[in-house]
Amino acid sequence: MSVVLITIVTLAGLGAIAAVILFLASKKFQVFEDPRIDEVEEALPAANCGGCGFPGCRAFAEALVKADDISSMNCPVGGADTMTAVAGILGKEAGDAKPQVAVLRCNGSCEHRPRLNNYQGAMSCAVAAALYGGETGCSYGCLGCGDCVAACKFDAMYMDEETGLPVIIEENCVACGACVEACPKDIIELRNIGPKSRRIFVSCVNKDKGAVAKKSCEVACIGCGKCEKECKFDAITIKDNLAYIDYDKCKLCRKCAPVCPTNSIHELNFPPRKPKVEKTEPEKEPVA
Amino acid sequence: MLKTFSLGGVHPAENKRSANSPIEVLPVPPVVSIPLAQHIGAPAQALVKKGDEVKVGQVIAQSAGFVSANIHSPVSGKVAKVDQVVDASGYRKAAIIINTEGDEWVEDIDRSAILVKEITASPEAIVKKIGEAGIVGLGGATFPAHVKLSPPPGKTCDVLIINGVECEPYLTSDHRLMLEKGEELLVGIRLLMTALNVKEAIIGIENNKPDAIAHMEKLASEYEGIRVQPLKVQYPQGGEKQLIDACMGRQVPSGKLPIEVGAVVHNVGTAYAVYEAVQKNKPLIERIVTVTGLSLARPANFLTRIGTPISALIEAAGGLPDDTGKIIGGGPMMGKALTSTEIPVTKGTSGVLLMPQPLASRKPVDPCIRCAKCVSVCPMGLSPYLLMPLAERAIWDRAEEENVMDCIECGSCSFTCPSSRPLLDYIRLGKAKVGQIMRSRTAKA
Amino acid sequence: MNKLIVSPSPHVHSGDSVQKNMYGVLLALVPALAASVWFFGLGALIVTLTSVLACVLFEHLIQKYLLKKQSTIMDGSAAVTGLLLAFNLPTNIPLGLIIIGAAIAIGMGKMSFGGLGQNPFNPALVGRVFLLISFPVQMTSWPVPIAARGAYIDAVTGPTPLSVVKEGLSAGRPFSELTAEIPSYLNLFMGQMGGSAGEVAGVALLLGLLYMLIKKIVTWHIPVAVVGSIAVFTGVLHLSDPQAYAGPLFHLLTGGVLLGAFFMATDYASSPMSKRGMLLYGAGIGIITVLIRIYGSYPEGVSFAILIMNAFTPLIDKYIKPKRFGEKPAVQKA
Repeated sequence: MSVVLITIVTLAGLGAIAAVILFLASKKFQVFEDPRIDEVEEALPAANCGGCGFPGCRAFAEALVKADDISSMNCPVGGADTMTAVAGILGKEAGDAKPQVAVLRCNGSCEHRPRLNNYQGAMSCAVAAALYGGETGCSYGCLGCGDCVAACKFDAMYMDEETGLPVIIEENCVACGACVEACPKDIIELRNIGPKSRRIFVSCVNKDKGAVAKKSCEVACIGCGKCEKECKFDAITIKDNLAYIDYDKCKLCRKCAPVCPTNSIHELNFPPRKPKVEKTEPEKEPVA
Repeated sequence: MLKTFSLGGVHPAENKRSANSPIEVLPVPPVVSIPLAQHIGAPAQALVKKGDEVKVGQVIAQSAGFVSANIHSPVSGKVAKVDQVVDASGYRKAAIIINTEGDEWVEDIDRSAILVKEITASPEAIVKKIGEAGIVGLGGATFPAHVKLSPPPGKTCDVLIINGVECEPYLTSDHRLMLEKGEELLVGIRLLMTALNVKEAIIGIENNKPDAIAHMEKLASEYEGIRVQPLKVQYPQGGEKQLIDACMGRQVPSGKLPIEVGAVVHNVGTAYAVYEAVQKNKPLIERIVTVTGLSLARPANFLTRIGTPISALIEAAGGLPDDTGKIIGGGPMMGKALTSTEIPVTKGTSGVLLMPQPLASRKPVDPCIRCAKCVSVCPMGLSPYLLMPLAERAIWDRAEEENVMDCIECGSCSFTCPSSRPLLDYIRLGKAKVGQIMRSRTAKA
Repeated sequence: MNKLIVSPSPHVHSGDSVQKNMYGVLLALVPALAASVWFFGLGALIVTLTSVLACVLFEHLIQKYLLKKQSTIMDGSAAVTGLLLAFNLPTNIPLGLIIIGAAIAIGMGKMSFGGLGQNPFNPALVGRVFLLISFPVQMTSWPVPIAARGAYIDAVTGPTPLSVVKEGLSAGRPFSELTAEIPSYLNLFMGQMGGSAGEVAGVALLLGLLYMLIKKIVTWHIPVAVVGSIAVFTGVLHLSDPQAYAGPLFHLLTGGVLLGAFFMATDYASSPMSKRGMLLYGAGIGIITVLIRIYGSYPEGVSFAILIMNAFTPLIDKYIKPKRFGEKPAVQKA
């Protein structure tokens, strides 16, 4: 009997001493942490994608709490809703960042852009880009090794076997920018989603002279400038033989696309063009 | 026991098919295209424009900085255009394209074959002349030669090492040069010794070239301070750090230049170019190029004007074999795969190698079996098996800790790997990225 | 002409392959197999064949039906595991146990970690130690060499030299007296003793090692470190008291030391990558082996020693890096 008693007493004593030590230690070594950090982190999507420029949601939450002005900070995954919620918690003003989505500025599929040689190095765009200009005559276009797909944490990209190009699944894309970072050719761009997800952009980044570009890829921008002349809003600029559409100025009037001789201007999510008769009337898309 | 470097190394099949083909002069091509970036450092700036008449040896592009080099016209004729052409880098780069007319040289170049042994120029004048002549490291690294001859303040050089190793399989241009231009070469070596103010020069030659060793030993015995060091055949003995280790037993510390251990290394081709520039006033407008391959009809060594398309060399060597799967500019271990036969010969083109189809293809990649062979062959004592996944997964800080920057890109690891893993592909990427990160860090600091 | 191939350098390859290495190991094990058949006859054949077939089959089944991947049994690594497992079993062991051992070796030792090159422990030893702990009786009854050639399960059994000496020494008998009860050193080296199928013939194992060294399948570091450390450790003990401790030659020639040092410890995946690491790893195996043999309850400790050092391999790889170029201080010139 006494054995049992001794055991119980000893263990209980040990437990009590340990509890006291733990209590004191937690008091002494307590680090003050702003409770709002936890709250903000709770409001963030916990995707830890790094799209905000911070290593993970926790770091972003800390930065948000610390910053005086959070209007320039944005969570691409959560978008405006999340930022408003965060602003509410912190009593600060949220920015008005427009939701964005990744677009692929290359249409050099196997069909449009003949393969001239056969790459056999490591299956990595970064390795291939460091080696040479790529399998085709165009040294600006997609290399097709899929670094962007590997970088995407949201299952928003896959490689299309037929075209040899990556495809962006709009619904899944949160515009975290991982693919933009991964692409050694800077082909992928984050653009505003636009009203009804409608977007117009030049699907080419080739800076070679027109003739050279055209020779290597049927659908290359040749920098002819027709779209620039057509645009009434000065949204299109030609630089280094390449047209670029500024999405802040573009009114989505769709006039540039038909004049492009190489069909390098892409329109996404627009209704099909109406037959020619009605084309005289300028199409008015609601501008948000 | 023959000397060699102390760590790692491999011995690929030598296949030096053109070793007994004397140097032939390749006819001047009708059109040359001369890339402005033929050397490490800033690309040269073009001095000519469309329609300009040029003579052989005339400066057509000017050095654009301390680490840069002049470029001279290798032909006489009219500048067709200054345009972008695909060069050995696989990218379109600026180049001067000249239509050849006749072969008219700048007057003050001595084109005779008379050997000028006597050295009259001062060290400063030699270095200046080498800079003006646009001489770069002709072993393939294309580092401007005059920069290596100007040691940074506080550092002195006591030994000049001449690289006659030619450890790359297939290539024989240095071998032929030593056999046929030995006298001139030795004058070049003495010029370099004068420029560096050193009393000792070692010519390192691998033991697979006994004729070159014997020939150079005979010639070198005339001069005090110059000796030949026969070396055991082992790749990458031609690597600067490996060669210094093999010849002198001194190891250049990590991240440092050979001057740290009192050595400067120059290739035999460079030494010959120095002779021509200083004694003959002839700038670097041509070089010896080995054209070879297992199924090529007539492997040869051609004295080729810079800017000649490699198709002209292949034609002269018996035409492109039908089974060609890969064309390599340089040797098989460190050369660059070329994308077409129209790529011009540049200052760094030591060879054109045509690989037959089955040999040209890479084998399928298997998983790493941790056999440690990459570790044992690495001449820098790195762990390629570890560096590859670090670079693949973009863990740059770890890659830096594992000394990725020490890698000399010799390719021994990929060569050896039983699983045919693309070790060097990724390590090279890691080197580039870590280098970038380190530079931006020093820029910030 | 076809499209030109473009890839980063190097553009040539040594021609070495996983297959060449694995088949090289198999070839290096042939002398030991021949010796095994010579000494243990029918039993050796049955055990080896069953083990190799079972390992290859398990690898194939797991890859094809469990992992839904391409089967890679042709690379020879499963066959090597099978052969090494067989070499670590007594030749009168029932078929069922061999198959269980093979399942554990391939399933638990290799495939569960990701297959070829990923196993932290030597798969054959995982199988063997599993059997040794689960079925100690069947795993420690040793057929008598030559005499039991014609029989399999019902082979005449006898003690191994190791157990004779271990029991004798612990009973207080002097070593010099015990040497009379075990075969001569020459016979031990030739393999005439009780033991596992493949471990007995030192001469055959040595031939195999020579072949592997010439073919550069393994380097000398691990075998030399294991053998050397055992020799030194037991040598020191033997000198301190020649009657209480067996000599180094006895320890090296008996049990699984040579098989372990040459073929098991050198397993690529579970051994360190750097030369210095290999030496440390090998020395560790040697020391632990001797500790188990002399102070432990098992007469033999090679398997345990290798598995224990396998566990240290990641740590060794992390802290013991290959010798770097330029590590030796440069000669400074004024």
